[in-house]
Amino acid sequence: MLEFKDTVAEAVAGVKDGSTVMIGGFGNAGQPFELIDALLQSGARELTVVNNNAGQADEGLALLIKEGRVRKMICSFPRQSDSWHFDAKYRAGEIELELVPQGNLAERIRAAGAGIGGFFTPTGYGTMLAEGKETRFLDGKWQVFETPIHADVALIKALKADGKGNLVYRKTARNFGPIMAAAAKQTIVQVSEVVPIGGLDPENVVTPGIYVNTIVKVG
Amino acid sequence: MSETSTSPVSSDEAPQSGAPQTSAEPIGRDDLARLVARDIAPGSFVNLGIGQPTLVSNYLTEEQNITLHTENGMLGMGPEAKGDEIDPDLINAGKIPVTELPGASYFHHADSFAIMRGGHLDVCVLGAFQVSATGDLANWHTGAPDAIPAVGGAMDLATGAKDVYVMMTLLTKDGKSKLVPSCSYPLTGVGCVTRVYTDKAVFLITDDGVRVRETFGVTFEELQALVDVPLLAG
Repeated sequence: MLEFKDTVAEAVAGVKDGSTVMIGGFGNAGQPFELIDALLQSGARELTVVNNNAGQADEGLALLIKEGRVRKMICSFPRQSDSWHFDAKYRAGEIELELVPQGNLAERIRAAGAGIGGFFTPTGYGTMLAEGKETRFLDGKWQVFETPIHADVALIKALKADGKGNLVYRKTARNFGPIMAAAAKQTIVQVSEVVPIGGLDPENVVTPGIYVNTIVKVG
Repeated sequence: MSETSTSPVSSDEAPQSGAPQTSAEPIGRDDLARLVARDIAPGSFVNLGIGQPTLVSNYLTEEQNITLHTENGMLGMGPEAKGDEIDPDLINAGKIPVTELPGASYFHHADSFAIMRGGHLDVCVLGAFQVSATGDLANWHTGAPDAIPAVGGAMDLATGAKDVYVMMTLLTKDGKSKLVPSCSYPLTGVGCVTRVYTDKAVFLITDDGVRVRETFGVTFEELQALVDVPLLAG
């Protein structure tokens, strides 16, 4: 049942300790800062977070990590010039890291949303990131077995939603939004604008409302 | 994925001395980028890695009709955004604000990596720590115990693009060749590199071995003395 909430605090109120939370965004583009701030305020802890990165500077996901709410990060590119909060926690042994090649991260999330139990891919074959994984020679190449990444909750940012929960995004801020929306049991979306049913051209809908549970307008 | 040589040469045939083009002057980063740009076939779909490979975009001509892909979800990427053009929702893989060209398209991350992984990109240009004689690539991790590993899309690009060009200096700061018999750094991909553009030479990784297409400021013999991999001329 689709719900529209008045505040970001209400939108994230159901996130439990120990949840796996997908957070949209590539760097700051598409990062749902308001929802992340609300999650921080909610006090939820022992979280496993799935994101491409591990937070930048002193905002958003970086603060969630700084405050010790994240037990484990699943990401492709944690180390950046301004990832100091992740770096400190990692070096102190206070956060677990599952490092995933970016295309595997995206495809594993997609697989979860599509009900796929796993897939073989050449990416990572022969590297330390494939150590211990099943391999097969398929289509003339060695390939590595990868499993889906499911989540309890996804926090994503879109540009507009209509009354059915259909979403459109803006430019490269789309990134992980559509696949995370499909992969999580509960998808919470912050948008800049809510339009009435019929207010989005059905040909241009990017995420169909079936994947969306909660919408909150911010800004 | 190794490049097929244009002339059949058996593996035991001696290099033909003087066959590669030799220029007396070393080549600078910008001229090397210009050379890579010139070598990309018209109409190609191309992904340029972060750092030195990004320079290649400065030398692609309108006549070439090249479409640039950025892994975070766009085809038709334009130059870096300046001033009022800067839009936080429009960035490249290095998280630098960029612009969109007419005919651009946006897509989600799984589609963007399907473009790479599905073999739809003609060329990617990447930086490297090391490339092996058989085209293995090491460019994501030094393996140092205190290093925080970060891989991003490097393994997908290396494995998925039809041609993988590497741009790097031939030698490390302490004078060791980065073209090596086998990589000592953790691998990004196995047998994936097809060409290596360096400040001293352009190398083609072929089924016969490493072929030198041209040299800059060194002779073939001087180049061979720097590199612990048997080189084929021409």
